[in-house]
Amino acid sequence: MVVDNKISVGEIWQILEKITDPEIPILSIVDLGIVRDVKISPSLLVEKGQGVEVFITSTYSGCPAMDMISMNIKMELLQHGFTNIKITQQLSPAWTTDWMTERGKEKLQQYGIAPPVGKVMDQQFLDDLKVECPQCHSKNTKLLSEFGSTACKALFQCQDCKEPFDYFKCH
Amino acid sequence: MMQDSLIDYTLHLADNSLIMGHRLSEWTGHGPILEQDIAISNIALDLIGQSRNFYQYAAQLKGGVTEDDLAYLRDATEFKNMLLAELPNGDWAKTILKLFFFSTYQYYLYQKLIGSTDTQLSAIAEKSLKEVTYHLRWSSEWVIRLGDGTEESKKRIEKALEELWDYTGEMFLPSEYESECAKNKIGVDLGFLKEDWMNKVIQIFAEATLPSPKGEPVPTLREGQGVRLNGKEGKHTEHLQEILNDMQYLQRTYPGCEW
Repeated sequence: MVVDNKISVGEIWQILEKITDPEIPILSIVDLGIVRDVKISPSLLVEKGQGVEVFITSTYSGCPAMDMISMNIKMELLQHGFTNIKITQQLSPAWTTDWMTERGKEKLQQYGIAPPVGKVMDQQFLDDLKVECPQCHSKNTKLLSEFGSTACKALFQCQDCKEPFDYFKCH
Repeated sequence: MMQDSLIDYTLHLADNSLIMGHRLSEWTGHGPILEQDIAISNIALDLIGQSRNFYQYAAQLKGGVTEDDLAYLRDATEFKNMLLAELPNGDWAKTILKLFFFSTYQYYLYQKLIGSTDTQLSAIAEKSLKEVTYHLRWSSEWVIRLGDGTEESKKRIEKALEELWDYTGEMFLPSEYESECAKNKIGVDLGFLKEDWMNKVIQIFAEATLPSPKGEPVPTLREGQGVRLNGKEGKHTEHLQEILNDMQYLQRTYPGCEW
């Protein structure tokens, strides 16, 4: 595909939707809310290819997937003919699960990970939290550990079907 | 000079998180049960991630160096972390209490640092605070579990308190660069942290049926080999050198080595 100067920002978002999180491969980085902005910047223009700047934010400070995500964005955009790509990592506003799309939450559920319940973190959020088991949909579940297989998840167990499962923490 | 103070302050925040994170990572694969092994490894990861954000900023301010140079190629006397962070983990109770004191400190510090006039420090604080809230919650629960647990667990956390208390005063004793940054609204005035910190400790200790700590944290600087120890000014215990020997070995032996 040859990129001319008419490519829209919307088309770039569509390209980015193909890139998935390395640790949760059913979720795209757009569904996860990692991509914050896309700019076609005149100051980045070189030769004929148009310059593009993608703003991303990490889920957690130490998330080891960020370098890989940056590289994957570059690779994908290069394949679409962009030659001048800048990835900018931004910290503020801090990433929150509120930015996860509804489509993303559905995909998580189907994948066997309970999606975040509620909006933004309040300090008591674990006390009266009702997390639905992604297998049997029972709400009779309990927290096993506040930390799960990755920084963004907690470990739960269903009291009805007894299946342990990951819960994507509301953050 | 203000710019020098800002660099030192940023390095101090970075070093605190890196050294604490590295210490906690020593538990990886050795935790008492799998869930807690994973928990403490996740906390270590958060802290090391936070330190990277601070180091990247410090490198940008200094110019001509990278975050890796700052983490892997500075000597012990150049590190500005608090002594508490570098102390050996000891048993589970000591590790937990260390983390609880440290997380309580970071929790109130970052809450205030969000208001910094330096936008990058403010952004890192905002990001880190969400993670530290979790660390504080987790370590508080463990202090309560150990204090209000068995005779043995209580004995152990009381012993940990005895060993760690004298290192808490350093948190509230500002170095020159902290005072300078606080004066310019870039950093946090440590005087405002002490009361919040102390109240949280008293509250959790009460829940844990532990006696309140003796007095408030006093900046007792340990005497060591004729030198007054003060981590923020680079005067460390021998334990920091032990960490650096381990952590910096690869970069010093094979300069520029990458995965």
